[in-house]
Amino acid sequence: MTHDTGPVLHAKGISKFFPGTIALDEVDLRLEPGEVHALLGENGAGKSTLIKCLTGAYQRDGGSIHLDGQEVSPQSTADSQRLGIGTVYQEVNLLPNLTVAENLYLGRQPMRWGLMARRRMNAMARETLAGYGLDIDPAEPLTAYSVAIQQVVAIARAVEMSGKVLILDEPTASLDRDEVQLLFSVIRQLRERGLAVVFITHFLDQVFEISDRATILRNGRVVGTRVLADVSQKDVVTLMLGRQLEAQVHERKPAKAGDTLIEVDGLGKRGMLEPLSLALREGEVVGLAGLLGSGRTETANLMFGAVPADQGQMLLRGKEISVSTPREAVKHRFALCPEDRKTEGIVGDLSVRDNIILARQASQGWMRPIPRAEVNAIAERYVKALDIRLASLDMPIRLLSGGNQQKALLARWLATNPDFLILDEPTRGIDVGAHAEIIALIEQLRADGMALLVASSELEELVAYSTRVIVLRDRKQVRELAGAEITPENIVHAIAEHDAPTEEVAQ
Amino acid sequence: MIGPKHSTFKRILPQLLILAAALAINLVVFPDFFDIDFRNGRLFGNLIDVLNRAAPVAILCVGMTLVIATRGIDLSVGAVMAIAGATSAAVVVEGHGWVTALLAGLGAGALCGLWNGILVAVLKIQPIVATLVLMVAGRGVAQLITEGKILTFSNEGLIHLGAGVVAGVPTPILVWMALGALVIFVVRRTALGMLIEAIGINERSSRLAGINSRVLLISVYLVSGLCAALAGVIVAADIKGADANNAGLWLELDAILAVVIGGNSLLGGRFSILASLIGALIIQSVNSVILLSGMPPEFNLVIKALLILAILVIQSPRISTLVYMLRASGPQPQPDTAPLPKTQKEEAQ
Repeated sequence: MTHDTGPVLHAKGISKFFPGTIALDEVDLRLEPGEVHALLGENGAGKSTLIKCLTGAYQRDGGSIHLDGQEVSPQSTADSQRLGIGTVYQEVNLLPNLTVAENLYLGRQPMRWGLMARRRMNAMARETLAGYGLDIDPAEPLTAYSVAIQQVVAIARAVEMSGKVLILDEPTASLDRDEVQLLFSVIRQLRERGLAVVFITHFLDQVFEISDRATILRNGRVVGTRVLADVSQKDVVTLMLGRQLEAQVHERKPAKAGDTLIEVDGLGKRGMLEPLSLALREGEVVGLAGLLGSGRTETANLMFGAVPADQGQMLLRGKEISVSTPREAVKHRFALCPEDRKTEGIVGDLSVRDNIILARQASQGWMRPIPRAEVNAIAERYVKALDIRLASLDMPIRLLSGGNQQKALLARWLATNPDFLILDEPTRGIDVGAHAEIIALIEQLRADGMALLVASSELEELVAYSTRVIVLRDRKQVRELAGAEITPENIVHAIAEHDAPTEEVAQ
Repeated sequence: MIGPKHSTFKRILPQLLILAAALAINLVVFPDFFDIDFRNGRLFGNLIDVLNRAAPVAILCVGMTLVIATRGIDLSVGAVMAIAGATSAAVVVEGHGWVTALLAGLGAGALCGLWNGILVAVLKIQPIVATLVLMVAGRGVAQLITEGKILTFSNEGLIHLGAGVVAGVPTPILVWMALGALVIFVVRRTALGMLIEAIGINERSSRLAGINSRVLLISVYLVSGLCAALAGVIVAADIKGADANNAGLWLELDAILAVVIGGNSLLGGRFSILASLIGALIIQSVNSVILLSGMPPEFNLVIKALLILAILVIQSPRISTLVYMLRASGPQPQPDTAPLPKTQKEEAQ
């Protein structure tokens, strides 16, 4: 490209209004060629809205976008792709039932005699992917490969089609450590090729590892753009929150020995989880640690009856109980905040109020409606207690940001007064502020005598609140850590024990 | 905050406007349309006719609205009407009273609804396929009951349900209005409405929140079966006979249409039975225009299709956005956006 100086993309004064809120207020973003630019901010700060305005998914209400010095106005994501802005989302938006090559060339397949030139397409795909350090068979269906590889395929597709700006929206959220490194090596290559890469994530370590500069948003405004070599993580966090974050690691109070609440004996399901045993006392937080796919979510689901177990038994206060459906679990005062908020948690089109009251109403039965005044009182109490940011209780919950949705789901379950709360990845995809609040809430619920089981992939977090940690590997319980044993190093050691680090990701 | 009364009115306003327009067209083609007489202890008039003739679809759309709210559909209601009509007729021909006949008809409808519900909720068959089974097989069942002929009867009590008059008003009008009011009351005064909406929007989340979605789904199809049976008995009573081949023929489509005209999404979720009922009246008003205008009958279906297309186009999201933008006619932000950012700023401090 000939223009040696000047930004690849320069967005000036972008504004976006939604009924009841200003989502973006005169936001500027300047992307230089060959830089990785992180976009940071709490949930609801306006990161996604800004991206959607840049890619044409939303129409901006004010401001201008210059691409290579020319003003552009993408009307749709397809339009912005043509102009040179490619986007890859956290959930890989490819077609799983097609092959890798078909995904790469969908919509612009090489043709021959009016038919798809499959062999040529596969050869082209192999060559393209080799440029990204992937040596895989492009004729295989996409699902034959790990999420990380699918992610790289999505990036390759976006770069091949667009080639000026690449936006990565939470690309590492479901990747493990090695996979993140694979992704980063691809990003570094793209940077050398002169692309401007926008990187959105909640992992600050990753931001500092890969990014050159960062633009920080708060409440729909830019609060600063920083060269990351010159600032510390703490500076960035302070900018994001606008206030000093309390000490990240909490002082762990010694576990008060409550009565044993739940005993699980050999609970399991064939092909899903090897028999698992644990006991939980009141006022105790048991952490579930392990890699992705190690059986954390499976454990949570089996204990809540979301998936019926086919072996083992559960005792509640010494009495055997059956938990084969969530309904039975709720009857025993269990609660589960699932990992996948969107498909298993929120009921998107219902109001925040209805979502908060849902579990309590369901357990009361439809015949005994909770009076409207009481519903409002409950909803307002939790909105206040958990600091849920919303325009109105009547707004559909899907319009809330991720962190606020998660808090509303916590409110749904706290409204049922549970004795046993299962949290599956309670802080996934949540901004730093809400993150700290949820950790503080876990602490407080434990101090109030609730029993909690928390599955998380963030070790520091598990260490911060767990009184015991159960380590899972390959769908099997491998280790239990208690007291002073609970350190990130010990957990990593337990996860990694026996097997050497596998290089399954790509050669 | 918007009070519930206000929001209900806002919800059904488009349907009311369309109904008013349809009635206005009636008035144009037939100037005496709104005249109502009281003769021989009964109200007469075109308006009464519309209300009366709308009864079967109005009754069907009550159950259909609930089914569609759960993201389902019930194609079998027309056939269930035939089964229930045939059952009632057969019972009355056997010499039983009209109450027994009505209960037998409703029982048959309940069984049909249960069958659909089990296929959908327990066996997890897609609703459109599951209810297609009974849609096709149901008429066969009805023919078995009537033994292939039109089963006529002369039981006064049963006939009264379809052709009778109570306090001057034709019975079917009272029946559908009472049924509609009852179901709306039950659904909105209990938590049923919210739970049905929840499983329609996200069944998995709802199940994990402890909602008994299986029982709710079965009940919804059961209600639809009962509604269909009631409509079937009324239609049979109206013609004093059960016609297994033609009773309720294609009415499932009118019922679905009424729900759609009522602004309810076929993707499930938020629903309004009241709006569906107005939808049923709109359909009947359109039928009335065609009849009163004296068009050759071969035009009927085409005109009906065109009118309904027009109604759906008016309601389409694209058009409403367009209208909204034309009305806003300027790039300035909506006025209610102004006060909020201030509070957000305050919160940030």
